[in-house]
Amino acid sequence: MKLYLKIWRQLNATSKGEMVDYEIDGVTEHMSFLEMLDLLNESLIQLKERVIEFDHDCREGICGQCGVMINGRAHGPLKQTTTCQLHMRSFKDGDTIYIEPFRATAFPVVRDLKINRTSFDSIITAGGYIGASTGQAPEANSIPISYETVEASFDAAACIGCGACVATCKNSSAALFVGAKITHLALLPQGKIEASKRVLTMVDQMDKEGFGACSNTEACEVECPQGISVLSIAKMNYEYNKALIMKK
Amino acid sequence: MKSTTLKNKIIIAGTGLFLCFFLVIHLLGNLQLFLPEDQAREQFNWYSKLLSGNVFIKIISWVLYLSLISHALYAIIVTIKNNTASKQNYHYDKRNFASAWNSRNMGILGTILLLFLIIHFKDFWYVYKFTNLPIDAAGNKDLYEVVVQSYSQLWYVIIYEISFVALGFHLLHGFFSASRTLGLYHPKYVKAIKIFGWGYTLIITGGFMAIPLYIYLK
Repeated sequence: MKLYLKIWRQLNATSKGEMVDYEIDGVTEHMSFLEMLDLLNESLIQLKERVIEFDHDCREGICGQCGVMINGRAHGPLKQTTTCQLHMRSFKDGDTIYIEPFRATAFPVVRDLKINRTSFDSIITAGGYIGASTGQAPEANSIPISYETVEASFDAAACIGCGACVATCKNSSAALFVGAKITHLALLPQGKIEASKRVLTMVDQMDKEGFGACSNTEACEVECPQGISVLSIAKMNYEYNKALIMKK
Repeated sequence: MKSTTLKNKIIIAGTGLFLCFFLVIHLLGNLQLFLPEDQAREQFNWYSKLLSGNVFIKIISWVLYLSLISHALYAIIVTIKNNTASKQNYHYDKRNFASAWNSRNMGILGTILLLFLIIHFKDFWYVYKFTNLPIDAAGNKDLYEVVVQSYSQLWYVIIYEISFVALGFHLLHGFFSASRTLGLYHPKYVKAIKIFGWGYTLIITGGFMAIPLYIYLK
């Protein structure tokens, strides 16, 4: 199929970018979205032009590296799908596709579609871990945890940190990402010990990184490739309020 | 502790819920306007007098003024921060698909409500407190007459009805959003609050919308 692409090109973080038009022919419906971009880049290499840079790694939907705005929506039109798992059968011959990087003040563009998500790492560094020395791997069944709790915690842990929630939020809020990390650890016995300290430092870091506030529009849950529930944001708020009240 | 956006949201949620509670009381008081005219006049004027003379009500009203001001003020503070966080616009933007329009436009709805409140305070609150009104048979200030005069003008009724529609959409999102900000995360109660929020919104909005219409059509 033949496609008309409008792609964001930007040389570096300080330069001013613009949308550039491309035409691409020979795209098959079995190609993934990223393979379609690979095909375009090959043609650019043959023309000795600078290739379009984009983030990607595993290309099987689990690493959270890839992610662009496709026709104005994070990771494109499908539900619970990363950009790499979006296939060209979702488009038809002659379509025009707008491709832009995830945009937020806390996610500066590095080049073209590639963004810097260090702000997410800084939030994790601020408290998204269990600080107690755990020694060697213990016998798994020595700490009783109910099946439901494990599943709920794992649902939150499924967050791959791609940033689609921030990209789609009208406030560029990282509440779903931070909520998922808080919920994941706060539900488990090992994580409960530092739950108060964790939520306070992580929320503070979220603010410092320049993310906006959560307006509970719930758009993030709709666009999240892992289907993380917005209730994890409420759980974060619960943990935060509890920590504020109980703080010594 | 630094002042975080989450703390600001707690203030917006808390004051918002207090305003929700106030709306219930306000509507209950206003139901007296549905009584037959003579009875409504006496009763409503007596009720207005009761409210203005009571120390307990005076304290509540100061909490009310404070809530209104801080609700708006902190909403502005949070909005400024949100705008800084999301300065970069998309050239092609279809994100609206993923959320309800009223949840994205609480600021605009709130501004309509603020403008409404200026009119509302000027025409009733200010007139009752700071001007000389005629006295009714029982010797109370005749606020009922002011109400009837105001709502006999079509344009005035239209302004009120538009404002109440804005109020409805504001409440519909605001009520449940506040519950989330305060940390209600259990799926069962989240669902219950959403249903309760719908019921609350319909009753409050419907009730307030009915009053100007009833008086205009009478």
